[in-house]
Amino acid sequence: MAPPEDLVTKTQQSDPTISSEIFRHLVRLAALELDDEEAEYLRRELNQQLQAIRDLESIELPTDLPITSHGVPYSSETRPGLRQDRAEPSDKADAILEQVPEVEERFIVVPDIPHTELE
Amino acid sequence: MSAEICELPAHEIVARLRTGDLTAEVVLEATLARIEAVEGGGGALNGDPNGANGIHAYITLAEERARAQARAVDRALEAGDNPGLLAGVPVAVKDIFCVSGIASTAGSKILANFVSPYTATPVVRLEAAGALTIGKANLDEFTYGSSNESSAFLPTPRNPWSAGHVPGGSSGGSAAAVAAGEAALSLGTDTSGSIRQPAAFCGIVGMKPTYGRVSRYGMIAFASSLDCPGPMARNVKDAGLMLLAMAGADAFDATAAKVPVEDYLDQIEGGVRGMRIGLSPDFSRLRYPDADTGELREQVLQPEIEKALLESAERLAEQGAEIVEGVDLPAVQYGIPAYFVISRVEAASNLHRYDGVKYGYRSEGEAADLFELYRKSRGQGFGSQPKLRILMGMYVSGEQYEKRYYERALRVRTLIRRDFERAFERVDAMLAPTTPTTAFEIGGIYGDSVAMQYADLLTVPANHAGIPAISIPTGLDDSGLPIGMQLMGPDFTERRLLRMGRALEQLQESRPPLVQERVGA
Repeated sequence: MAPPEDLVTKTQQSDPTISSEIFRHLVRLAALELDDEEAEYLRRELNQQLQAIRDLESIELPTDLPITSHGVPYSSETRPGLRQDRAEPSDKADAILEQVPEVEERFIVVPDIPHTELE
Repeated sequence: MSAEICELPAHEIVARLRTGDLTAEVVLEATLARIEAVEGGGGALNGDPNGANGIHAYITLAEERARAQARAVDRALEAGDNPGLLAGVPVAVKDIFCVSGIASTAGSKILANFVSPYTATPVVRLEAAGALTIGKANLDEFTYGSSNESSAFLPTPRNPWSAGHVPGGSSGGSAAAVAAGEAALSLGTDTSGSIRQPAAFCGIVGMKPTYGRVSRYGMIAFASSLDCPGPMARNVKDAGLMLLAMAGADAFDATAAKVPVEDYLDQIEGGVRGMRIGLSPDFSRLRYPDADTGELREQVLQPEIEKALLESAERLAEQGAEIVEGVDLPAVQYGIPAYFVISRVEAASNLHRYDGVKYGYRSEGEAADLFELYRKSRGQGFGSQPKLRILMGMYVSGEQYEKRYYERALRVRTLIRRDFERAFERVDAMLAPTTPTTAFEIGGIYGDSVAMQYADLLTVPANHAGIPAISIPTGLDDSGLPIGMQLMGPDFTERRLLRMGRALEQLQESRPPLVQERVGA
């Protein structure tokens, strides 16, 4: 889904705000159905958060500064190995299916899945 | 006051069980009686926000599970078997951990009906150590908050020191339960301060261990690079005991580090002589939103907290620690802006799994297609705090914004980490207040998502850096609300932090006022 033009042009500006058009785009991506009152509250709060985040842009960062994806580095000794990617039997299938909102003969029921017929 | 059984320290319960002076069933029944006396009903979906008077710490009580566990502990004792490190100790589990057979709600309507088919590793380990899982404690929805007011389960928990004040959050029910004697220990989580801040607000001990020290398997994820399960207790020794029972590598969590678990108790009375403890001006000069205007401006600490900080430093110095002033940590001031970005991106990703299809809430009524089912289920099932985090996460990780926000925030995290690495070349630990203010009033901040986030101003740097930190109760402010100080140390120095915390803690002799009202002084 292409972002609206507005979303692209705003990135060039120094003082970004989340317009109602950008907001609608985000709501679509987020798969949320909102009523007007809640939408207004959320957009207002998002714009206030953006103000707070703006502090980040004033920080001088050396160009060679690496990212930190989590604080504590792992060494070869401390890094836990990954488990083997191997299917194993589970005795929890029934317990898992019990949590499904709608089931028919152990299949999960959902409404129509939007699709395009291939010619 | 003479302590009731439900107020005994966890380590004393374990010791008295071993001598035959107490049984697990007696401890459990005393704790259930305390819950009956002070709780005033737990939180419920569509519950009355004002509720009856009480603490309202829990969402779900698990009496039958706890009774079966208590009987098993007592049988083991009778048979002469080792009943475990935490034998007979009642534990409240923050309702962000999956426990099989009990609702695991995350404080959200979207998971209100979810019963996990498996149990989180920290809970498995606590139960294996003989702990009694007494119930699931209330929390901010999906842990998103610093006051516990965003839970969908009402009424939300009250601060046992003042019914008009929040217990903090997100582990608010956990902190309130422990402070009120409704559990001896609680299992919490800390992503930006969610163990330490409520611990400080409720006058208890709370520890965020090093990232990767305690497995996150079975913890409902918020920000996976920051989340840390950890202990909440009424004293430092109990926190150490609880951590000892939980810490260590786990085949089910690829981030649970293979670092040997130390004995957190053997040196806990060793004192602080010769240890170097740093103070930083960057934890005292703070930029946070003005209470009246909402504008970000430089502010000073609440005067009683500033005083408590100096008294804490003096207390440690009197016991032989060397206090090192002027340790610079210039990047910690960016902790909240960086957190706003990183945590939202990770939260948006983690929350995409809730879609009304496989488990949890599904919208009622017809949906034209699958996408409408997603939108309706998520729109109706999530409260406004998860929605805010999803939307902000989507925005700052958008292709056209990623460099400006997300990547920049991850690089700022590097600066914060380096600040601490430099500081720990000079000192063994940093001492700072846990919070800029003591507990705020219910309704005072809730709804203003920026002001609420700034409640974590002093705690979030440790999360970015991944380092361990412990909040220690050090007294009360002029209104009788608890004050907490935190000690932060290098990676995997929990043993030393607990030892320092033991030297610093000032245990309250009196019961919190809400408990006094119901069971006497």
